[in-house]
Amino acid sequence: MVDAIGSVRSRLFFMSLKIDGVISMNHRLVGASLMTISLFLGACRRKEVPVAAVPVAPSTAPAVDDQAAKRAQFVRDSIAKARSDSVARAGMASASDVANLRALLEAPVLFEYDASDVTDGARATLDAKLPILRTNMALRVRIAGHTDARGSDEYNLALGLRRAAATRKYLSDRGIAISRIEIVSFGEERPSSSGEDEGAFTKNRRAEFEILGGAESLQVPPR
Amino acid sequence: MTIRFRHSVRRSICRLILVCAALGVTVVSAQPGVRLGLLYGEGGKRAAIHVLPVSGLGGDSVRAILMRDLDFGDRVTVLPAATALRSPVGSAPIDYAAAARLGINGVAQVTLVAGGATLVLYDVAAKQVLQRRSLSLAGAVNSASWRMAVHGVSDQFEEWISGERGIAASKVAYVSGGRIWLVDSDGANPTPITPAGGRVLSPSFHPNGQSVAFTALEPAGSAIYITDLRGAARRVVAPSGLNITPTFTPDGSAIAYAHGEDFGTELYLVSTAGGTPRRISIGRGSDNTSPTFSPDGRRIAFTSGRAGRPDVYIADEDGTNADLLAALSTSTQAYRSSPDWSPDGRAVVFQSQLGGRFQAMVIALRDRTVKQLTTEGANEDPVWAPDSRHVVVSSTRSGVRQLWVLDTETGRARQLTAAGGARLAAWSTRLVR
Repeated sequence: MVDAIGSVRSRLFFMSLKIDGVISMNHRLVGASLMTISLFLGACRRKEVPVAAVPVAPSTAPAVDDQAAKRAQFVRDSIAKARSDSVARAGMASASDVANLRALLEAPVLFEYDASDVTDGARATLDAKLPILRTNMALRVRIAGHTDARGSDEYNLALGLRRAAATRKYLSDRGIAISRIEIVSFGEERPSSSGEDEGAFTKNRRAEFEILGGAESLQVPPR
Repeated sequence: MTIRFRHSVRRSICRLILVCAALGVTVVSAQPGVRLGLLYGEGGKRAAIHVLPVSGLGGDSVRAILMRDLDFGDRVTVLPAATALRSPVGSAPIDYAAAARLGINGVAQVTLVAGGATLVLYDVAAKQVLQRRSLSLAGAVNSASWRMAVHGVSDQFEEWISGERGIAASKVAYVSGGRIWLVDSDGANPTPITPAGGRVLSPSFHPNGQSVAFTALEPAGSAIYITDLRGAARRVVAPSGLNITPTFTPDGSAIAYAHGEDFGTELYLVSTAGGTPRRISIGRGSDNTSPTFSPDGRRIAFTSGRAGRPDVYIADEDGTNADLLAALSTSTQAYRSSPDWSPDGRAVVFQSQLGGRFQAMVIALRDRTVKQLTTEGANEDPVWAPDSRHVVVSSTRSGVRQLWVLDTETGRARQLTAAGGARLAAWSTRLVR
């Protein structure tokens, strides 16, 4: 019952935000989070139902508590329905959510000249990936390190790998299994911005993320 | 060993010349196997050579290629084609007196015969034939193989004239548009040997000149391949992390390359037949790339970031006893990389960043003196020719990155490639003997 109501609430909340339109992404994430929470509660409750929440009629007086049994069945049914609704909604709502999750996962991080240290700016970008990677345990990614056009063509391949490795280390230090992250380097061979000015150099000193697998049914991480 | 042997040969040649001079004997040719070259001029002046017109099918091409090769060799002054020396008729000798009046030191004559050519070099001062040899010229006139054979003719003449064999009969491998290309030493026949649509780098010739190792940047990491000169490739190191900058050991049995993982990029050695690689540098988490061996295979130079900024180091072949190749000049935050050891073992070329651009540098190993080879544009990844005198670099001096050949002794430069974006060259050994 509680779950069903919660679920309805979250649906209403979600709809109201949809009407709002402008606030879109973050609030829809909240909506999606609520759904996930209700889903989670539903899962917990299901275990409890047979033993505690529903008073089971003693076998000696079957006729007396027919009503109670029906109530219990109703609760079970509504929980199940809430669950399946929630799952269906998660699937339905996911198109834009998935796009958002993918965008967060694939956001590149930038580096200073001839350096592979994870900068403060890069930390924020990487921190946004962490809950997604934690929630979606099947996700596997590849980090490709890149450099600007200065420096030796060959040595830059090593510098690019160092950037990819430093980026992977940041994630693995925060609990993401290293086996889920491949690293490669393209040195200065695949610039994202052509040109020989500082603007191009800055954009090209980067680590890019590619989703390798496990993104078929992305879940929005809980808040 | 080799160097000592050469020195002793040189000493005995010097002695022979002194003895002959004392006895007033004209040296025509010394004992077999030792070439004295053309007797000409004073004080290291180059021999002035006239190449006679060549009659017969392909004769004009032979003459043009020979004249250009001798010019590119930088050891000979080639006289203009129009030089008015009459060709001898039949087996008659050339007009030595006329040749001397024209300032000619030597006359090169090629006579085409079925399937080959007869080469004759006349010594004008001595008024006699200095050398004579027959060579085969296989293949259709102006075909790639025929031209390569003609380059062999040029190299033979250069050896007779200067005492040092030329390098015309060789190829340069390079990277352009994500592919490995081969081009003849005179810029002819640029031919790709890896497929379009790839991303391959760092070609390196096998010591026999018949195959090329290179690295391919693939989605799952980089891998190392060996290809023959027609493009039949096989993989030696599978893609993972980083596998780059392959170079053959001087005996051709193994490849040294840089392999990178989480904790830096280290140098490894793997048999050309594949198998388990062995680590040869301990960089303690630094980045080490671009290995190059001394000709005896006992020493190795490479780029390393072990001191923070990339620099060129030299170590024993097992990676021990690593030292900076060149001491730092005073002011310096120099970025130095991409060494290549000369085939004669005496020098290493590398690149050094000066004012934000790379320039080609050479260091003599005997006294560690450094000489800057380039100033115009950016000049990257210098690599030795088999004569240990010329160097090919990737240069922006004409705008786009192209390969240029530099003579390290005179500073003369010539453009080798014409298509844009050529870089990361490797020079084969001499392909015709």
